[in-house]
Amino acid sequence: MSEVPVQHTQWNALDFPDAAKVLLEDSQTRKNVQHATNVIQGKRNKVVAELPDWEDLREAGARVKAHTLRHLDYYLTKFEENCVRAGGHVHWASDAAEANRIILGLLRRHEAREVIKIKTMTSEEIGLNATLEANGIRPIETDLAELIIQLGKDRPSHFVVPALHKNRQQVREIFQREMHLPELGDKPEDLATAARTYLREKYLRIKVAISGGNFLLADTGGMCIVESEGNGRMCLTLPDVLISIVGIEKVIPSFRDLDIFLQTLPRSATGERMNPYNSTWTGVHPGDGPKEFHVVLLDNGRSPILADKEARQTLQCIRCAACLNVCPVYHQTGGHAYESVYAGPIGAILTPQLHSMEEGRSLPYASSLCGACYEVCPVKINIPEVLIHLRGKVVREDQATLAGKFSLWNIGMQAAAFLFKDAGRLSMAEHMGLVGQKALVSKNGFIEWMPGMLSGWTQTRDLKAMPAQSFRDWWAKEKAPHAKSADDGGVR
Amino acid sequence: MADSDLQRSTVLASIRMSLGQAQASDAIDAEYAAISRSYKLTGELSVYALLDLFEDRLLEYGAGVYRASAAEIGATIGSILRRRGKSGLAMPAGVPMEWMAEGFTFVDATGFDAYELDKTEGILSSCTVAIAETGSLVLQNVAGQGARVLSLVPDYHLCVVFADQVVETVPEAFERLENTSTLPTTFISGPSATADIEMTRIKGVHGPRFLDVLIVV
Amino acid sequence: MRISLFITCYNDALFPETGKAVVRVLEKLGHSIEFRTEQTCCGQMHWNTGYLREAVPIIRHFVKVYQDAEMVVVPSSSCVAMMRDHYVKAAEMDGDAKLVADIEALLPRVYEFSEFLVRKLGVEDVGAAYPHKVTYHASCHSMRSLHLGDIPIRLLKNVRGLDLQPIQNMQECCGFGGTFSIKNADVSSAMLSDKVRNVLNTGAEICTAVDNSCLMHLYGSLHRQRTFVKTVHLAEILASGYAEAQG
Repeated sequence: MSEVPVQHTQWNALDFPDAAKVLLEDSQTRKNVQHATNVIQGKRNKVVAELPDWEDLREAGARVKAHTLRHLDYYLTKFEENCVRAGGHVHWASDAAEANRIILGLLRRHEAREVIKIKTMTSEEIGLNATLEANGIRPIETDLAELIIQLGKDRPSHFVVPALHKNRQQVREIFQREMHLPELGDKPEDLATAARTYLREKYLRIKVAISGGNFLLADTGGMCIVESEGNGRMCLTLPDVLISIVGIEKVIPSFRDLDIFLQTLPRSATGERMNPYNSTWTGVHPGDGPKEFHVVLLDNGRSPILADKEARQTLQCIRCAACLNVCPVYHQTGGHAYESVYAGPIGAILTPQLHSMEEGRSLPYASSLCGACYEVCPVKINIPEVLIHLRGKVVREDQATLAGKFSLWNIGMQAAAFLFKDAGRLSMAEHMGLVGQKALVSKNGFIEWMPGMLSGWTQTRDLKAMPAQSFRDWWAKEKAPHAKSADDGGVR
Repeated sequence: MADSDLQRSTVLASIRMSLGQAQASDAIDAEYAAISRSYKLTGELSVYALLDLFEDRLLEYGAGVYRASAAEIGATIGSILRRRGKSGLAMPAGVPMEWMAEGFTFVDATGFDAYELDKTEGILSSCTVAIAETGSLVLQNVAGQGARVLSLVPDYHLCVVFADQVVETVPEAFERLENTSTLPTTFISGPSATADIEMTRIKGVHGPRFLDVLIVV
Repeated sequence: MRISLFITCYNDALFPETGKAVVRVLEKLGHSIEFRTEQTCCGQMHWNTGYLREAVPIIRHFVKVYQDAEMVVVPSSSCVAMMRDHYVKAAEMDGDAKLVADIEALLPRVYEFSEFLVRKLGVEDVGAAYPHKVTYHASCHSMRSLHLGDIPIRLLKNVRGLDLQPIQNMQECCGFGGTFSIKNADVSSAMLSDKVRNVLNTGAEICTAVDNSCLMHLYGSLHRQRTFVKTVHLAEILASGYAEAQG
């Protein structure tokens, strides 16, 4: 097959702290993000509280997913067999380039000049739109938010509500300009109607559609897609050809398992008891939907993650984005600061792993480890635990380089570790600290400026100076002499 | 080896290398069967409470809800259509004659293309099962429900639900769908909606903007 | 009951008053307190920053010092969370089965201070008096790892004269996160700024918590902004006003 030029969206240009700094200055975006995440969290909490068996659903979902991942090859081949039997075509892509090549090949065979698309993270991940455009094929996003992103030449910032960083006025401006609707109002209803009119003609006309997939069902060979607007259903049923690009981790053993995920996903994702539309279908069905159905199973860095038993749970993710909505870091920066297709806490663990820890190395540190993400995760991914595990990888890899070994961080941490192994050393260091801090302490007893890597703290915060007497010194002076026996408080 | 076979074996080999020793399929199936499912499988509500819950959920989505006895279906459909200002509806094959209210036109839309469906005033269908807790209708490609496009392209959907089709929980619905799980299936919960702009659920994007449900008791 | 106080490294150096308050409260309740001078740190800073190997000897040291303690009380929920959430994993990573066993034997006897009062001693009223307007900051680890729930609130409600003010978005992190506050100083500051706004909106004079780490972070900003709101560890409130209360 001839070489296909593959275009990649530009991500990972900046480390998280630097990208975040830029976003923190964008007060409108921050306001939009905080408003949207607050609304969605409120709704989520309400509908989750309605289910007395919520914890049981989380547990069952986590177990089904973990089980599937342990036997992923078995379930993928089972899916393939059943899908092919039902008239579907299954393709395997080990990386983004291969996935693009397969999709482009199919589109060329059908002489497609335009394709309609349902919002799909995998397409974003492999940079499909850029590849299609470079090859003369026009991709048309049909999800309202993705349409806003596409017309606004923007990047998604959230994987359930990709344009959550835009408010209605900003959306109106984009639609007015790109749809040539100078009179368009800014009520969400007006904007949705504009999208309906803009896209309806395209649904009726365009014969090839591209989607992602929420669940691959191994026992039937079927697929399930969860959506709200009906744009998904349009793409899934009207065209002659449907190409679904789905990560290999999206397979679940059985159709029946949807009884868990169709409860946990909508409530976690949009705070609804059920999203307006869920579609399941199996291969091709005469007289209903596309005549040709292709599934592209995408690896693209996923299979190596399975080898890491601590981090494997990352692949349990069902992309509900509840962890983004609850994350205090995401609240401040929105999704763009992560410089990654997958933002938020799950993005912080998924992105570096998808890139074999070669990209997104600052992301595992983009968390205060507050634990809110784990608490809401409907498949119980212990994100803080994985964050720490990945930090461990970053540190080890850094320590293996000369620059990393002699970095201030490493030297500081090694020194601290040395002190913490022995109370005598620690106590001596505390006394030395008292002397050392003198140069920094202001008249009011506070440290208002610190050098080097500690300067970040004192940009916005003072630090109370160390008191003259540590607790252990106080104890030795005031309490220890009165202890009943010489042994008490001694070394064991 | 063809490119596609090579890709397949590359991906599978990589997965197997990460996972280590593969288990026999019956051991995997046994492990799967042993997964504990302590979540709520069956509902507890009486039929009346169940239908009330279903109705509440539908109303919350902004759907219209009506009730009628089996004998009144045709007449009630007629009054719903009058209220909606419709002169008739399209429908899949298999909708019973008794549903076709007098004075309205009902056309079999089987085989309609999208343009033809787009021009209809709406669609009349039955459903396979409905879920009270989530206010969902489940339609499959069977007589009375037809292809998925039928309940999608027209701007109005009138769905007839029999009381014994309504279950309380999502797991109960899946139990009923077990034997027809490979059919094209759509869960419909209220009219088409989006929350993409400022996280406010608003009705009416690409699917039917108007949904009425007639519960037959 | 003989209670061993693990003061934690940062309380030792920066917040000795908290340790003194813990001693005062527990002694008042009739317990004898010991302080094992060999204690250092729980290893949290290293572990959470990714210096996993470096954390193991610190953990081992902690276990060695407290192995035979009857009861260990810690005035810091994040340190207790470190122990409960990560110690076994760290020992397993090190392949040290004996350490795993020792940790599993020790941890049931380790308590965060407020948790110890309410869950172990069954005391909700320590007889303190503190005539101030106070708001309570629920630290992440106290909520999501230790699941303290309303334990600190119950203790505060029994303090004479204390006017407890509810805070908005109590469940949201203050942005400290240990080295996060340095590595991601800008985001941390932005989170802090939201939290400080919520603290100020309560109108309280005092913000309290079971973690001095969060309080140090909060006070850093409260002081920089020249507000008069002070931060005080819960133990110090519970150790206040005995003379008055006892009349």
